[in-house]
Amino acid sequence: MSVHFTREHEWISVDGIVGTIGITDYAQKQLGDVVFVELPEIGASVRQGEQAGVVESVKAASEVYAPASGIVTEVNEGLADSPGLVNEDAGGAGWFFKITIADPAELAALLDGKSYQDYLGTLE
Amino acid sequence: MTAPLRRTPLHALHVELGARLVPFAGYEMPVQYQGIIAEHTHARTKAVLFDVSHMGQASLPLEAGPALERLVVADLAGLQTGKIRYSVLTNAEGGIIDDLMIVHGGPCLWLIVNASRKEVDFAHIADHLPASQALAPQPDLALLALQGPAAADVLKRFAPAAKLMLFMTTETLRIGDVKCAVCRSGYTGEDGFEISVPADQAEALARMLLDEPEVMPAGLGARDTLRLEAGLCLYGHEIDETTTPIEAGLAWTIQRRRREEGGFLGDETILRQLVEGPARRRVGIRFEGRAAARTDAPIVDSAGRTIGTITSGSFSPTLQAAIAMGYVSTESSRPGTPVAALVRGKPVPGEVVPLPFVPHRYAKS
Repeated sequence: MSVHFTREHEWISVDGIVGTIGITDYAQKQLGDVVFVELPEIGASVRQGEQAGVVESVKAASEVYAPASGIVTEVNEGLADSPGLVNEDAGGAGWFFKITIADPAELAALLDGKSYQDYLGTLE
Repeated sequence: MTAPLRRTPLHALHVELGARLVPFAGYEMPVQYQGIIAEHTHARTKAVLFDVSHMGQASLPLEAGPALERLVVADLAGLQTGKIRYSVLTNAEGGIIDDLMIVHGGPCLWLIVNASRKEVDFAHIADHLPASQALAPQPDLALLALQGPAAADVLKRFAPAAKLMLFMTTETLRIGDVKCAVCRSGYTGEDGFEISVPADQAEALARMLLDEPEVMPAGLGARDTLRLEAGLCLYGHEIDETTTPIEAGLAWTIQRRRREEGGFLGDETILRQLVEGPARRRVGIRFEGRAAARTDAPIVDSAGRTIGTITSGSFSPTLQAAIAMGYVSTESSRPGTPVAALVRGKPVPGEVVPLPFVPHRYAKS
């Protein structure tokens, strides 16, 4: 299992052909209290770099982009009633949706954990 | 070209408290410390302290009252010593230049205006006052707002008389060692106080209040969600130079004598709308879900026709649902009317509800 990151602050954890997607701890801190998450429908097809959902904080709505292309197989139903899970555990219980990865070669375009941390260092 | 951001006298304290600072009306202001929802909830259950020193404060000689009445809809002749009126500065078309508090402070009148409008307001007022009754801006005063159901119990520990004050009254009180002009007023719908204090003593006063167990600091994020739940207007959103006080639901700010006599800028339009009713009205909308309709989102009726525009919208921490204010055509403004707002192109269903969304809890008696 490996975890990859986007410069838009999504993560994808890859286990075989299943990718679990969420936003990073940095992203949830920037957003503040998450109050609503709009997720894709199961069966929908998402494309790498394109919008797949929306996360709303008290102040604003932000787009969530798919880190990789694929078909949505599962969404985190718990976020409907408890969107605060994203703040509490962005990298775990606050996951957004799962996909069947269409093209594992796409993952090469993403950052590994260290590169993402280095990238965050350039943002301050 | 961007002017450097101004700082309030509490800037260092905000940094020390871990605030997230953002540009607001030319100032670097705290949007949140712990988090907007935690601060919002604390204001509804205990007490919070806001730094609102970016707002404009100015004094006027009492004799300027009649000249100022030409510019606002309030009855100032009927404003007694120690009382406060919320009012609006109007333009010749009946639009709103700003909303403000007018305080009868005994020897003089005090004005408290929005940060984003203070230059405009002060220039406008100066233009209409005789030189002998000049407006005196008070940039060396800070303003703190202590808000919440515990605010009076907190403040009375330092100034026992505070607890006896009524909503929309003012007194000069010594809080600890600091002499302050205290108003029992606020922008949250809760009981509370707005405290005008010399800039060089503001930090000491803020630390004293924050040391009380009930009080936590709150930023502009919570201030906005609190005032939205309280159904209070924000300049540049619900009110601006194109909205009249009647459309905005502020007819209550026009006291009887001013309704009968007029005599303020835009009186013809405003008093006509008062009688005939405006074509559009500010309303509250409560949505079924949590997705918020934000500023400028179109409002549509059940047939999908556009009937208005959202002016402010957010998730309501108290109601745990999305709420908004906006303008709709008068025929769609009755509470219970089903409406929808277009959010990311999709209609989000809701209905018109009475304002405020959360009942006010002012110290009226």
